[in-house]
Amino acid sequence: MIIKHLTCIECPKGCGLSVDIENCKVVKVQGQRCPKGEKYAVAEVENPVRIMTSAVLTRGLDIKMLPVRTNSPIPKSRIQEAMREIKRIRVERPVRTGEIIVKNFLGLGVDLVAARDVKKGDGSIF
Amino acid sequence: MTRKKKTLSFERELVIVGGGPAGMAAALSAYENGVRDILLLERDQYLGGILNQCVHTGFGLSYFKEVLTGPEYAGRFIRQIGNVPKIEVSLKSFVVCLTAEKKLTYIKPGELQEVKARALIMATGCREKTREMVHIAGTRPAGVFSAGLAQKLINIEGLLPGKSAVIVGSGDIGLIMARRLVLEGAQVKAVIEIRKESRGLVRNVVQCVEDFDIPLYFSHKISRISGRDRVEKVLVSRVDDASREIPGSQFEISCDTVLISVGLIPENELIEMAGVALNRETNSPVSEQVNRTSVPGLFVCGNAYKVYDLADSVTRDSELAGRMAAEYLSAG
Repeated sequence: MIIKHLTCIECPKGCGLSVDIENCKVVKVQGQRCPKGEKYAVAEVENPVRIMTSAVLTRGLDIKMLPVRTNSPIPKSRIQEAMREIKRIRVERPVRTGEIIVKNFLGLGVDLVAARDVKKGDGSIF
Repeated sequence: MTRKKKTLSFERELVIVGGGPAGMAAALSAYENGVRDILLLERDQYLGGILNQCVHTGFGLSYFKEVLTGPEYAGRFIRQIGNVPKIEVSLKSFVVCLTAEKKLTYIKPGELQEVKARALIMATGCREKTREMVHIAGTRPAGVFSAGLAQKLINIEGLLPGKSAVIVGSGDIGLIMARRLVLEGAQVKAVIEIRKESRGLVRNVVQCVEDFDIPLYFSHKISRISGRDRVEKVLVSRVDDASREIPGSQFEISCDTVLISVGLIPENELIEMAGVALNRETNSPVSEQVNRTSVPGLFVCGNAYKVYDLADSVTRDSELAGRMAAEYLSAG
């Protein structure tokens, strides 16, 4: 059995977790002050995930960069690939917060959504 | 001969300066507590303040019980404000003068306006400490940015400030920018913190620095920035318990960018102009109770009152400021 020490990142409290691991599986979590801690520890050991956020270029809209996020966490190992994909996207139509920009992003079963409302602009770059 | 621009003057029940999380929460709460004449002044072309450039998650967990990005968190309040016609929003409006009688002068494109407020809430936020305030020696090349400015360049303007960076200080914005730079394809050579532990939240050390294997040096400082036109390298020294450089501990890191993330200071020059007593150490108003100042009817909320760790806490305390202003107005 291995004991691994993690810091929970689910909320700003940052609980220190002590995780007992057997055959790459979590068998016991201690130190969490809420149930999120245990869930985080299991995911972090067995399949670490993160909500991905970034900003994509727009064209002809009132802001130059549209903030985007995945609506659910994606595997940490896919984040660099996700960034390369995000750099290819151009948003050219007005969207509302929560609207889907890319459906089934990277085939992961999560959507990339707008995190801000963006309206038509005057087309200037700045 | 230049003609003097006509100055308009009028009186309002409640004026709020700053349309970030603090000003928006104060405006909505003042309305809910009965104030029906509210003018919200914002210098930028959008409401939301710095939240608009905070594209990372970490907002709303306490207030909305949801994980939100900064723009999403701001958006919820912007929509609420849009539904309240009694809150007049004036964008691109920059306050340049404030008197003890709560008379404000502000400029907006093509206009110089004056307004007298019966009650006033200042929600002007805070600004970043600069390189000069932490006394880093060396040359003054291009490539030295405050962490929040770099954040604005990347997330709002779509510009990458550099290709290889060293971050001075481990404040939350610095940690978040370490991750952001790496995701954008820049290299982050190191985060240098003079203290023995992080200034930022532990979760940001984990998800922004450790996740990306960025070296984080505690008890170290930048002794010198070198470079002729552009930053070329920094000299790093280990420090002892009294923050003195330890001789022989120096090493160099080559980089083209230095981000400074060494803390925030409440922005309170306007209330100082109006004669409000400020604490010289913190730049916060001298105050008996949260949001209050030495001038009756003049309230300060959010990061202008004190620097908060979380936007959610700014919202909560600013709602209180809105209520306090409503009570002041109904008592007067």
